[in-house]
Amino acid sequence: MIKNLIVILMASVLVNNYVLSKFLGVCPFLGVSKKVGQATGMGIAVIFVMLVATAATWPIYTYLLSPKYEYMQTIVFILVIAALVQFVEIVLKKYIPSLHKSLGIYLPLITTNCAVLGVTLNNITDGYGFIEAMVSSLGAGLGFLLAMVLFAGVRGKMEAADIPKAFKGIPITLIAASIVSMSFYGFAGVIENMFA
Amino acid sequence: MKTNLKHFINGFVKENPVFVLLLGTCPTLATTTSVISALAMGLAAAAVLICSNAVISLLRKVIPDKVRIPAYIVIIAGFVTLVQMLMEAYLPSLYDMLGVYLALIVVNCIVLGRAEMFASKHGVGASILDGAGMGLGFTFSLLLMATVREVFGAGSFAGVEIPLLSDYAIPILVSPPGGFFVFGMLIAIVGKLSKKPVKAEFGCEGCPNAAVCKQSTEVAE
Repeated sequence: MIKNLIVILMASVLVNNYVLSKFLGVCPFLGVSKKVGQATGMGIAVIFVMLVATAATWPIYTYLLSPKYEYMQTIVFILVIAALVQFVEIVLKKYIPSLHKSLGIYLPLITTNCAVLGVTLNNITDGYGFIEAMVSSLGAGLGFLLAMVLFAGVRGKMEAADIPKAFKGIPITLIAASIVSMSFYGFAGVIENMFA
Repeated sequence: MKTNLKHFINGFVKENPVFVLLLGTCPTLATTTSVISALAMGLAAAAVLICSNAVISLLRKVIPDKVRIPAYIVIIAGFVTLVQMLMEAYLPSLYDMLGVYLALIVVNCIVLGRAEMFASKHGVGASILDGAGMGLGFTFSLLLMATVREVFGAGSFAGVEIPLLSDYAIPILVSPPGGFFVFGMLIAIVGKLSKKPVKAEFGCEGCPNAAVCKQSTEVAE
């Protein structure tokens, strides 16, 4: 059981990294990764929302939608996530203002982040149980954080580099992302042999 | 009529959603491993875009300003579900190929962005044409990128092998790192050809969260 959970966690952090191999959440990955501090804040907020979203959508799907109303999945999930993010923001603002100050600004951005909707949908498609789904969401969030922080470091170095004119800005950022993604490619095959 | 035609062409060239506005990057990178999946993704998104633009434009005076974003999301999610069901029934192999990315049209910046920027302010006819132009511009861009990736990465076009190239395929182009690489190259080439400076920042114009996003990055700095 625990072995299985570790495999799910490591697989979603390293091998099936949401940003670098599934391309979910690319917009914030490229947009908010200019500084390491900012990237960390966004990453932590994403982990938090992913966990809350999974904790809400998994029971809704399993006990309310399945097996009769499965086709409502997309509509229900996006609405639940949007409402939940608003709710969390209001609660944080009222009771934990210090946390709201550091994470709150990222919360509205996350509502329409495809990684959050993606992880909740994938948990259903993969047929995970509740605990497995939570672990896989945690892994997805950690993977997002890891990719963001690593990439923020790379971008910091790039600012000093002399880049050809046509590649300035977005193109070079994407090519740097390609190289970071390639380094994650090296993890493929690690998981299968982890307990062998 | 002339202005309407302009709306249509705008989406294709001047405001190409993928290479100029840099919107909808997730599906662009994920579904361009083969020409067929790129075409299917593009057309599915275009269908949703046209329908949601039309309905939102019709309802633009009914929807209260405060709840407009949730209302748009419900309308868009409805059409996405429709497309999902039709595709599952009639094109099951494509449905499996696109997987989760089909459902993720809901959160595609292009669809929500056009609803907020165009359909909520213009009439039905213009909105439909805008949706068609943007949707086809998106499809065209996906096709272009998928052609590069499939021809050089797998040595085939739409599944048909190209005799000489298939012996010298570069498999990394079809893998995730290749996606980022080809996308970066294409944006650089488009920027060079159009002689306009490539945007230094990632496109936020069409995104309904743009205001919040800008604010948050300013606060964080």
